[in-house]
Amino acid sequence: MMLRIVKYVAIEILRGRIALAYAGFLLVASLGLFNLGGDTAKALVGLLSLVLMIVPLVSLVFATTHFYNTQEFVELLAAQPLPRTTILLAQMIGVMLALAAALLVGIAVPVLLYAGTVTGLTLIAVALLLTAVFTALAFVAAVLARDKARGIGAALLIWFYFGLLHDGVTLYVLFLLEDFPLEGISLTLLALNPIDLGRVLVLLQMDVSALMGYTGAMLKDLLGTGTGKLFATLVLGAWIALPVGAAVWIFRRKDL
Amino acid sequence: MLEASRLTKSFGRLRALDDLTATLRRGQSVALIGPNGAGKTTLLKCVLGLVRPDAGTLTLDGESLLDSPAPRRRIGYMPQIGRFPDHLRVGQLFEMMREIRRGTHERTDEDLITALQVDRLAPKTARTLSGGMRQKVSACLAFLFDPDVLVLDEPTAGLDPVSVEILKEKIRAQRERGKLILVTSHILSDLDEIATDVLYLIEGRMRLYRPIAELKAESGETRLDRVIAGIARATADEPPPPGKAAS
Repeated sequence: MMLRIVKYVAIEILRGRIALAYAGFLLVASLGLFNLGGDTAKALVGLLSLVLMIVPLVSLVFATTHFYNTQEFVELLAAQPLPRTTILLAQMIGVMLALAAALLVGIAVPVLLYAGTVTGLTLIAVALLLTAVFTALAFVAAVLARDKARGIGAALLIWFYFGLLHDGVTLYVLFLLEDFPLEGISLTLLALNPIDLGRVLVLLQMDVSALMGYTGAMLKDLLGTGTGKLFATLVLGAWIALPVGAAVWIFRRKDL
Repeated sequence: MLEASRLTKSFGRLRALDDLTATLRRGQSVALIGPNGAGKTTLLKCVLGLVRPDAGTLTLDGESLLDSPAPRRRIGYMPQIGRFPDHLRVGQLFEMMREIRRGTHERTDEDLITALQVDRLAPKTARTLSGGMRQKVSACLAFLFDPDVLVLDEPTAGLDPVSVEILKEKIRAQRERGKLILVTSHILSDLDEIATDVLYLIEGRMRLYRPIAELKAESGETRLDRVIAGIARATADEPPPPGKAAS
Protein backbone atom coordinates (compact mmCIF):
# COMPACT_ATOMS: atom_id res chain seq x y z
CA MET A 1 0.00 0.00 0.00
CA MET A 2 2.73 2.40 1.01
CA LEU A 3 4.68 1.76 -2.16
CA ARG A 4 1.63 2.61 -4.24
CA ILE A 5 1.63 6.09 -2.72
CA VAL A 6 5.43 6.41 -2.85
CA LYS A 7 5.22 5.94 -6.60
CA TYR A 8 2.98 8.98 -7.04
CA VAL A 9 4.94 11.13 -4.58
CA ALA A 10 8.10 10.37 -6.56
CA ILE A 11 6.38 11.07 -9.90
CA GLU A 12 5.18 14.38 -8.52
CA ILE A 13 8.66 15.42 -7.42
CA LEU A 14 10.56 14.21 -10.45
CA ARG A 15 8.14 16.08 -12.74
CA GLY A 16 8.94 19.28 -10.86
CA ARG A 17 11.90 21.34 -11.99
CA ILE A 18 13.70 21.49 -8.66
CA ALA A 19 14.90 17.89 -8.54
CA LEU A 20 16.16 18.29 -12.10
CA ALA A 21 17.95 21.55 -11.29
CA TYR A 22 19.55 19.90 -8.24
CA ALA A 23 20.82 17.00 -10.36
CA GLY A 24 22.09 19.41 -13.00
CA PHE A 25 23.92 21.59 -10.50
CA LEU A 26 25.64 18.60 -8.87
CA LEU A 27 26.55 17.20 -12.27
CA VAL A 28 28.16 20.44 -13.44
CA ALA A 29 29.97 20.91 -10.12
CA SER A 30 31.36 17.39 -9.96
CA LEU A 31 32.39 17.33 -13.63
CA GLY A 32 34.10 20.65 -13.04
CA LEU A 33 36.00 19.37 -10.00
CA PHE A 34 37.15 16.24 -11.78
CA ASN A 35 38.33 18.15 -14.84
CA LEU A 36 40.04 21.08 -13.16
CA GLY A 37 42.84 19.65 -11.03
CA GLY A 38 43.58 16.40 -12.72
CA ASP A 39 44.27 14.75 -9.35
CA THR A 40 41.20 12.60 -8.56
CA ALA A 41 41.98 12.44 -4.83
CA LYS A 42 41.91 16.24 -4.61
CA ALA A 43 38.76 16.35 -6.69
CA LEU A 44 37.11 13.84 -4.35
CA VAL A 45 38.01 15.93 -1.30
CA GLY A 46 36.55 18.98 -3.04
CA LEU A 47 33.42 17.05 -3.95
CA LEU A 48 33.18 15.79 -0.37
CA SER A 49 33.16 19.37 0.96
CA LEU A 50 30.49 20.29 -1.56
CA VAL A 51 28.35 17.26 -0.73
CA LEU A 52 28.62 17.88 3.01
CA MET A 53 27.29 21.42 2.59
CA ILE A 54 24.82 21.12 -0.27
CA VAL A 55 23.16 17.75 0.33
CA PRO A 56 21.91 18.54 3.86
CA LEU A 57 20.76 22.02 2.83
CA VAL A 58 18.84 20.89 -0.25
CA SER A 59 17.33 17.88 1.55
CA LEU A 60 16.11 20.04 4.43
CA VAL A 61 14.67 22.87 2.38
CA PHE A 62 13.22 20.64 -0.30
CA ALA A 63 11.56 18.21 2.11
CA THR A 64 9.97 20.89 4.27
CA THR A 65 8.72 22.81 1.23
CA HIS A 66 7.32 19.61 -0.24
CA PHE A 67 5.51 18.80 3.00
CA TYR A 68 3.82 22.20 3.20
CA ASN A 69 2.96 22.28 -0.50
CA THR A 70 1.18 18.95 -0.29
CA GLN A 71 -0.64 19.64 2.98
CA GLU A 72 -4.16 19.62 1.53
CA PHE A 73 -3.35 16.47 -0.35
CA VAL A 74 -2.10 14.82 2.83
CA GLU A 75 -5.43 15.76 4.44
CA LEU A 76 -7.26 14.06 1.62
CA LEU A 77 -5.11 10.95 2.08
CA ALA A 78 -5.61 11.04 5.84
CA ALA A 79 -9.38 11.01 5.29
CA GLN A 80 -9.03 7.70 3.41
CA PRO A 81 -8.89 4.37 5.22
CA LEU A 82 -5.11 4.66 5.52
CA PRO A 83 -3.01 4.65 8.69
CA ARG A 84 -1.20 7.92 9.30
CA THR A 85 2.08 6.00 9.52
CA THR A 86 1.66 4.80 5.95
CA ILE A 87 0.97 8.31 4.68
CA LEU A 88 3.95 9.94 6.34
CA LEU A 89 6.38 7.13 5.51
CA ALA A 90 5.21 7.24 1.89
CA GLN A 91 5.87 10.97 1.78
CA MET A 92 9.32 10.59 3.36
CA ILE A 93 10.39 7.68 1.22
CA GLY A 94 9.08 9.43 -1.91
CA VAL A 95 11.16 12.53 -1.15
CA MET A 96 14.22 10.46 -0.26
CA LEU A 97 13.97 8.43 -3.46
CA ALA A 98 13.54 11.49 -5.65
CA LEU A 99 16.52 13.25 -4.05
CA ALA A 100 18.53 10.04 -4.28
CA ALA A 101 17.75 9.84 -7.98
CA ALA A 102 19.07 13.38 -8.41
CA LEU A 103 22.23 12.41 -6.50
CA LEU A 104 22.78 9.36 -8.65
CA VAL A 105 22.69 11.49 -11.78
CA GLY A 106 24.62 14.43 -10.35
CA ILE A 107 27.25 12.69 -8.22
CA ALA A 108 27.28 8.96 -8.76
CA VAL A 109 27.68 9.04 -12.54
CA PRO A 110 30.70 11.41 -12.58
CA VAL A 111 32.29 9.69 -9.55
CA LEU A 112 32.01 6.29 -11.16
CA LEU A 113 33.43 7.68 -14.42
CA TYR A 114 36.41 9.47 -12.88
CA ALA A 115 37.01 7.79 -9.53
CA GLY A 116 35.31 4.41 -9.45
CA THR A 117 37.23 3.48 -6.32
CA VAL A 118 36.05 2.39 -2.88
CA THR A 119 36.54 5.99 -1.76
CA GLY A 120 34.29 7.19 -4.57
CA LEU A 121 31.64 4.65 -3.63
CA THR A 122 31.91 5.67 0.01
CA LEU A 123 31.32 9.27 -0.99
CA ILE A 124 28.18 8.26 -2.91
CA ALA A 125 26.96 6.22 0.06
CA VAL A 126 27.58 9.14 2.43
CA ALA A 127 25.64 11.50 0.14
CA LEU A 128 22.71 9.05 0.12
CA LEU A 129 22.81 8.55 3.89
CA LEU A 130 22.91 12.30 4.53
CA THR A 131 19.95 12.75 2.20
CA ALA A 132 17.96 10.30 4.32
CA VAL A 133 19.11 11.86 7.61
CA PHE A 134 18.23 15.41 6.66
CA THR A 135 14.99 14.53 4.90
CA ALA A 136 13.90 12.81 8.10
CA LEU A 137 14.98 15.80 10.22
CA ALA A 138 13.10 18.11 7.84
CA PHE A 139 9.93 16.08 8.33
CA VAL A 140 10.29 16.36 12.11
CA ALA A 141 10.44 20.15 11.74
CA ALA A 142 7.53 20.15 9.28
CA VAL A 143 5.17 18.01 11.39
CA LEU A 144 5.95 20.11 14.45
CA ALA A 145 5.45 23.56 12.93
CA ARG A 146 2.00 24.36 11.56
CA ASP A 147 3.32 27.50 9.93
CA LYS A 148 5.31 27.11 6.72
CA ALA A 149 7.74 29.96 7.43
CA ARG A 150 8.53 28.54 10.86
CA GLY A 151 9.02 25.04 9.51
CA ILE A 152 11.43 26.13 6.81
CA GLY A 153 13.13 28.44 9.28
CA ALA A 154 13.63 25.53 11.67
CA ALA A 155 15.03 23.45 8.81
CA LEU A 156 17.55 26.18 8.01
CA LEU A 157 18.54 26.37 11.67
CA ILE A 158 19.17 22.62 11.67
CA TRP A 159 21.48 23.10 8.71
CA PHE A 160 23.20 26.06 10.28
CA TYR A 161 23.80 24.13 13.48
CA PHE A 162 25.17 20.93 11.99
CA GLY A 163 26.98 22.63 9.12
CA LEU A 164 28.66 25.41 11.06
CA LEU A 165 27.88 25.79 14.74
CA HIS A 166 28.51 22.24 15.92
CA ASP A 167 32.23 22.46 15.09
CA GLY A 168 32.49 25.55 17.25
CA VAL A 169 30.60 23.86 20.06
CA THR A 170 32.91 20.85 19.76
CA LEU A 171 36.03 23.00 20.03
CA TYR A 172 34.62 24.92 22.95
CA VAL A 173 33.63 21.81 24.88
CA LEU A 174 36.98 20.14 24.24
CA PHE A 175 38.76 23.31 25.36
CA LEU A 176 36.70 23.55 28.54
CA LEU A 177 37.22 19.92 29.44
CA GLU A 178 40.85 19.56 28.40
CA ASP A 179 41.88 18.32 31.83
CA PHE A 180 39.61 15.28 31.54
CA PRO A 181 40.04 12.19 29.40
CA LEU A 182 38.61 13.30 26.07
CA GLU A 183 38.01 10.02 24.24
CA GLY A 184 34.42 9.52 25.31
CA ILE A 185 33.52 13.17 24.99
CA SER A 186 34.97 13.62 21.55
CA LEU A 187 33.35 10.45 20.25
CA THR A 188 30.03 11.64 21.62
CA LEU A 189 30.47 15.04 20.01
CA LEU A 190 31.30 13.36 16.73
CA ALA A 191 28.26 11.09 16.98
CA LEU A 192 26.06 14.12 17.57
CA ASN A 193 26.74 15.53 14.12
CA PRO A 194 25.72 13.47 11.07
CA ILE A 195 27.68 15.75 8.73
CA ASP A 196 30.93 15.10 10.65
CA LEU A 197 30.18 11.39 10.65
CA GLY A 198 29.83 11.50 6.87
CA ARG A 199 33.08 13.42 6.52
CA VAL A 200 34.95 10.98 8.77
CA LEU A 201 33.57 7.97 6.90
CA VAL A 202 35.01 9.19 3.59
CA LEU A 203 38.27 10.43 5.10
CA LEU A 204 38.85 7.15 6.95
CA GLN A 205 38.58 5.47 3.59
CA MET A 206 41.02 7.96 2.05
CA ASP A 207 43.25 7.70 5.09
CA VAL A 208 43.98 11.42 5.35
CA SER A 209 44.00 12.01 9.11
CA ALA A 210 45.03 15.63 8.61
CA LEU A 211 41.57 16.48 7.28
CA MET A 212 39.58 14.49 9.82
CA GLY A 213 39.69 17.05 12.56
CA TYR A 214 40.27 16.28 16.19
CA THR A 215 37.25 14.06 16.77
CA GLY A 216 37.81 12.11 13.58
CA ALA A 217 41.47 11.49 14.42
CA MET A 218 40.42 10.40 17.89
CA LEU A 219 37.96 7.94 16.37
CA LYS A 220 40.69 6.44 14.24
CA ASP A 221 43.09 6.14 17.17
CA LEU A 222 40.50 4.63 19.45
CA LEU A 223 38.63 2.26 17.20
CA GLY A 224 40.90 1.82 14.22
CA THR A 225 39.79 2.35 10.65
CA GLY A 226 37.50 -0.66 10.28
CA THR A 227 35.61 -0.36 13.56
CA GLY A 228 35.58 3.40 13.13
CA LYS A 229 33.77 3.07 9.82
CA LEU A 230 31.30 0.62 11.31
CA PHE A 231 30.70 2.99 14.23
CA ALA A 232 30.11 5.98 11.94
CA THR A 233 27.76 3.99 9.69
CA LEU A 234 25.72 2.65 12.60
CA VAL A 235 25.39 6.06 14.19
CA LEU A 236 24.31 7.52 10.84
CA GLY A 237 21.71 4.75 10.69
CA ALA A 238 20.44 5.88 14.08
CA TRP A 239 20.35 9.43 12.72
CA ILE A 240 17.89 8.16 10.11
CA ALA A 241 15.83 5.85 12.29
CA LEU A 242 15.30 8.21 15.23
CA PRO A 243 13.99 11.23 13.30
CA VAL A 244 11.82 8.98 11.10
CA GLY A 245 10.37 7.44 14.25
CA ALA A 246 9.89 10.84 15.88
CA ALA A 247 8.19 12.34 12.82
CA VAL A 248 5.80 9.38 12.56
CA TRP A 249 5.08 9.49 16.30
CA ILE A 250 4.19 13.18 16.12
CA PHE A 251 2.24 12.91 12.87
CA ARG A 252 0.07 10.09 14.23
CA ARG A 253 -1.12 12.39 17.01
CA LYS A 254 -1.32 15.57 15.00
CA ASP A 255 -4.49 17.49 14.16
CA LEU A 256 -4.49 18.20 10.44
CA MET B 1 -25.71 5.31 12.08
CA LEU B 2 -23.19 8.03 12.98
CA GLU B 3 -23.08 8.65 16.70
CA ALA B 4 -21.19 11.36 18.50
CA SER B 5 -21.16 11.18 22.25
CA ARG B 6 -19.81 13.90 24.54
CA LEU B 7 -17.34 14.94 21.85
CA THR B 8 -14.95 17.62 23.12
CA LYS B 9 -12.01 19.29 21.48
CA SER B 10 -10.00 22.33 22.48
CA PHE B 11 -7.34 24.18 20.56
CA GLY B 12 -5.36 25.88 23.28
CA ARG B 13 -7.92 27.91 25.21
CA LEU B 14 -10.50 27.77 22.45
CA ARG B 15 -13.23 25.18 22.86
CA ALA B 16 -13.95 24.09 19.31
CA LEU B 17 -16.32 21.30 20.36
CA ASP B 18 -17.93 21.24 23.76
CA ASP B 19 -19.63 18.07 24.94
CA LEU B 20 -21.43 17.41 21.67
CA THR B 21 -23.81 14.46 21.55
CA ALA B 22 -25.86 13.64 18.46
CA THR B 23 -27.10 10.71 16.42
CA LEU B 24 -27.26 10.98 12.65
CA ARG B 25 -29.22 8.39 10.68
CA ARG B 26 -29.04 7.05 7.15
CA GLY B 27 -31.23 8.95 4.73
CA GLN B 28 -30.61 12.20 6.56
CA SER B 29 -28.87 15.15 5.03
CA VAL B 30 -27.62 17.23 7.91
CA ALA B 31 -26.62 20.84 7.34
CA LEU B 32 -24.02 22.04 9.83
CA ILE B 33 -24.46 25.72 10.39
CA GLY B 34 -23.26 28.29 12.83
CA PRO B 35 -21.10 31.39 12.98
CA ASN B 36 -17.45 31.30 11.96
CA GLY B 37 -15.43 29.41 14.54
CA ALA B 38 -18.48 27.57 15.86
CA GLY B 39 -16.80 24.18 15.41
CA LYS B 40 -18.33 23.02 12.12
CA THR B 41 -15.04 22.20 10.46
CA THR B 42 -13.70 20.65 13.66
CA LEU B 43 -16.70 18.32 13.81
CA LEU B 44 -16.24 17.30 10.17
CA LYS B 45 -12.53 16.77 10.74
CA CYS B 46 -13.25 14.54 13.74
CA VAL B 47 -15.53 12.38 11.60
CA LEU B 48 -12.77 12.17 8.97
CA GLY B 49 -10.09 11.29 11.50
CA LEU B 50 -8.15 14.46 10.73
CA VAL B 51 -8.63 15.89 14.20
CA ARG B 52 -8.43 13.84 17.38
CA PRO B 53 -10.99 14.84 19.98
CA ASP B 54 -9.83 15.30 23.57
CA ALA B 55 -12.78 13.36 24.94
CA GLY B 56 -15.91 11.57 23.80
CA THR B 57 -16.65 8.87 21.26
CA LEU B 58 -17.56 8.83 17.62
CA THR B 59 -18.90 5.66 16.04
CA LEU B 60 -20.21 4.58 12.65
CA ASP B 61 -22.66 1.70 13.11
CA GLY B 62 -20.95 0.88 16.38
CA GLU B 63 -17.43 0.91 14.92
CA SER B 64 -15.24 3.60 16.47
CA LEU B 65 -13.97 6.19 14.02
CA LEU B 66 -11.28 7.24 16.46
CA ASP B 67 -9.40 3.97 16.93
CA SER B 68 -8.66 2.73 13.46
CA PRO B 69 -8.62 4.06 9.91
CA ALA B 70 -10.65 1.10 8.57
CA PRO B 71 -14.19 2.52 9.06
CA ARG B 72 -13.22 5.48 6.88
CA ARG B 73 -13.63 3.17 3.89
CA ARG B 74 -17.32 4.04 4.25
CA ILE B 75 -16.80 7.80 4.17
CA GLY B 76 -16.40 10.06 1.14
CA TYR B 77 -14.92 13.50 1.64
CA MET B 78 -15.09 16.62 -0.45
CA PRO B 79 -12.80 19.24 1.10
CA GLN B 80 -13.42 22.96 1.01
CA ILE B 81 -10.24 23.56 -0.95
CA GLY B 82 -9.22 20.72 -3.19
CA ARG B 83 -5.52 21.03 -3.82
CA PHE B 84 -3.65 18.20 -5.43
CA PRO B 85 0.05 17.66 -6.07
CA ASP B 86 1.01 20.19 -8.77
CA HIS B 87 2.55 17.89 -11.31
CA LEU B 88 0.26 14.87 -11.08
CA ARG B 89 -2.20 14.51 -13.92
CA VAL B 90 -5.85 14.26 -13.01
CA GLY B 91 -5.86 10.79 -14.54
CA GLN B 92 -3.00 9.73 -12.29
CA LEU B 93 -4.76 11.16 -9.27
CA PHE B 94 -7.81 8.98 -9.93
CA GLU B 95 -5.53 6.02 -10.63
CA MET B 96 -3.82 6.53 -7.28
CA MET B 97 -7.07 6.82 -5.36
CA ARG B 98 -8.34 3.63 -6.98
CA GLU B 99 -5.13 1.86 -6.02
CA ILE B 100 -5.37 3.08 -2.45
CA ARG B 101 -8.99 2.01 -2.19
CA ARG B 102 -8.59 -1.33 -3.93
CA GLY B 103 -10.72 -3.89 -2.13
CA THR B 104 -12.33 -1.43 0.30
CA HIS B 105 -15.62 -0.99 -1.53
CA GLU B 106 -18.23 -2.99 -3.40
CA ARG B 107 -18.86 -0.75 -6.37
CA THR B 108 -17.63 2.48 -7.83
CA ASP B 109 -19.91 5.31 -8.81
CA GLU B 110 -18.63 7.15 -11.85
CA ASP B 111 -21.83 9.06 -12.69
CA LEU B 112 -20.38 12.39 -11.64
CA ILE B 113 -17.22 11.87 -13.67
CA THR B 114 -19.39 11.67 -16.77
CA ALA B 115 -21.90 14.31 -15.73
CA LEU B 116 -19.28 16.90 -14.77
CA GLN B 117 -17.08 15.88 -17.73
CA VAL B 118 -14.13 15.29 -15.44
CA ASP B 119 -12.86 12.51 -17.72
CA ARG B 120 -11.84 15.27 -20.13
CA LEU B 121 -9.50 16.69 -17.50
CA ALA B 122 -7.51 13.44 -17.22
CA PRO B 123 -4.44 14.62 -19.20
CA LYS B 124 -4.21 17.95 -17.36
CA THR B 125 -1.80 18.44 -14.47
CA ALA B 126 -3.41 19.54 -11.22
CA ARG B 127 -1.49 22.82 -11.32
CA THR B 128 -3.28 23.97 -14.46
CA LEU B 129 -6.79 23.36 -13.11
CA SER B 130 -9.02 26.30 -12.21
CA GLY B 131 -10.70 26.46 -8.81
CA GLY B 132 -13.97 25.19 -10.24
CA MET B 133 -12.29 22.29 -12.02
CA ARG B 134 -10.60 21.28 -8.79
CA GLN B 135 -13.96 21.33 -7.04
CA LYS B 136 -15.33 19.02 -9.72
CA VAL B 137 -12.42 16.61 -9.25
CA SER B 138 -12.96 16.70 -5.48
CA ALA B 139 -16.66 15.99 -5.91
CA CYS B 140 -15.99 13.00 -8.17
CA LEU B 141 -13.45 11.58 -5.72
CA ALA B 142 -15.88 11.97 -2.82
CA PHE B 143 -18.60 9.98 -4.57
CA LEU B 144 -16.32 7.54 -6.41
CA PHE B 145 -16.34 4.65 -3.96
CA ASP B 146 -20.08 4.81 -3.27
CA PRO B 147 -19.58 5.67 0.42
CA ASP B 148 -22.31 5.34 3.05
CA VAL B 149 -21.45 8.71 4.56
CA LEU B 150 -20.65 11.80 2.51
CA VAL B 151 -18.84 14.67 4.19
CA LEU B 152 -19.14 17.75 2.01
CA ASP B 153 -17.40 20.96 3.10
CA GLU B 154 -18.77 23.88 1.06
CA PRO B 155 -19.49 21.62 -1.93
CA THR B 156 -20.99 24.26 -4.20
CA ALA B 157 -18.41 27.01 -3.64
CA GLY B 158 -16.66 27.93 -6.86
CA LEU B 159 -18.73 25.69 -9.12
CA ASP B 160 -20.52 26.98 -12.21
CA PRO B 161 -24.35 27.02 -12.03
CA VAL B 162 -24.83 23.96 -14.24
CA SER B 163 -22.39 21.90 -12.17
CA VAL B 164 -24.02 23.10 -8.94
CA GLU B 165 -27.34 21.68 -10.15
CA ILE B 166 -25.74 18.38 -11.17
CA LEU B 167 -24.05 18.07 -7.78
CA LYS B 168 -27.19 18.96 -5.83
CA GLU B 169 -29.15 16.40 -7.82
CA LYS B 170 -26.49 13.80 -7.03
CA ILE B 171 -26.58 14.61 -3.33
CA ARG B 172 -30.37 14.28 -3.25
CA ALA B 173 -30.23 10.98 -5.11
CA GLN B 174 -27.63 9.57 -2.71
CA ARG B 175 -29.68 10.61 0.30
CA GLU B 176 -32.71 8.89 -1.17
CA ARG B 177 -30.61 5.76 -1.57
CA GLY B 178 -30.14 5.82 2.20
CA LYS B 179 -26.77 7.51 2.47
CA LEU B 180 -25.99 9.95 5.24
CA ILE B 181 -24.95 13.40 4.08
CA LEU B 182 -23.08 15.84 6.30
CA VAL B 183 -22.75 19.22 4.66
CA THR B 184 -21.61 22.75 5.47
CA SER B 185 -22.29 25.72 3.27
CA HIS B 186 -22.57 29.46 3.51
CA ILE B 187 -25.08 29.41 0.70
CA LEU B 188 -28.29 28.72 2.60
CA SER B 189 -30.41 28.48 -0.53
CA ASP B 190 -28.29 25.52 -1.61
CA LEU B 191 -28.71 23.87 1.78
CA ASP B 192 -32.45 24.46 1.52
CA GLU B 193 -32.48 22.17 -1.49
CA ILE B 194 -30.22 19.40 -0.25
CA ALA B 195 -30.58 19.26 3.54
CA THR B 196 -33.29 17.57 5.59
CA ASP B 197 -32.02 18.61 9.03
CA VAL B 198 -30.17 21.48 10.60
CA LEU B 199 -27.48 21.07 13.24
CA TYR B 200 -26.75 24.50 14.64
CA LEU B 201 -23.48 25.02 16.48
CA ILE B 202 -22.40 27.97 18.56
CA GLU B 203 -19.04 28.04 20.32
CA GLY B 204 -18.70 24.30 19.97
CA ARG B 205 -22.07 23.54 21.53
CA MET B 206 -25.05 22.08 19.77
CA ARG B 207 -27.85 24.60 20.15
CA LEU B 208 -30.34 22.96 17.83
CA TYR B 209 -30.68 19.77 15.82
CA ARG B 210 -34.04 19.36 14.10
CA PRO B 211 -35.68 18.59 10.75
CA ILE B 212 -35.93 21.62 8.50
CA ALA B 213 -39.58 20.89 7.68
CA GLU B 214 -40.48 21.12 11.36
CA LEU B 215 -38.61 24.37 11.81
CA LYS B 216 -40.30 25.86 8.78
CA ALA B 217 -43.74 24.80 9.97
CA GLU B 218 -43.16 26.24 13.43
CA SER B 219 -41.83 29.57 12.32
CA GLY B 220 -44.20 29.91 9.40
CA GLU B 221 -41.27 30.75 7.13
CA THR B 222 -40.83 29.03 3.79
CA ARG B 223 -37.17 29.79 3.29
CA LEU B 224 -34.32 28.28 5.27
CA ASP B 225 -32.37 31.53 5.45
CA ARG B 226 -35.29 33.23 7.21
CA VAL B 227 -35.62 30.31 9.63
CA ILE B 228 -31.91 30.47 10.42
CA ALA B 229 -31.99 34.22 10.86
CA GLY B 230 -34.79 33.71 13.40
CA ILE B 231 -32.78 31.09 15.29
CA ALA B 232 -29.67 33.25 15.24
CA ARG B 233 -31.62 36.15 16.74
CA ALA B 234 -33.17 33.94 19.39
CA THR B 235 -29.84 32.40 20.44
CA ALA B 236 -28.17 35.80 20.52
CA ASP B 237 -30.71 36.90 23.14
CA GLU B 238 -30.10 33.89 25.35
CA PRO B 239 -27.59 34.21 28.18
CA PRO B 240 -24.26 32.54 27.43
CA PRO B 241 -24.02 28.92 28.57
CA PRO B 242 -22.73 28.41 32.11
CA GLY B 243 -18.99 28.40 32.52
CA LYS B 244 -18.52 30.33 29.32
CA ALA B 245 -19.40 33.78 30.57
CA ALA B 246 -18.02 36.46 28.33
CA SER B 247 -14.88 37.93 29.79
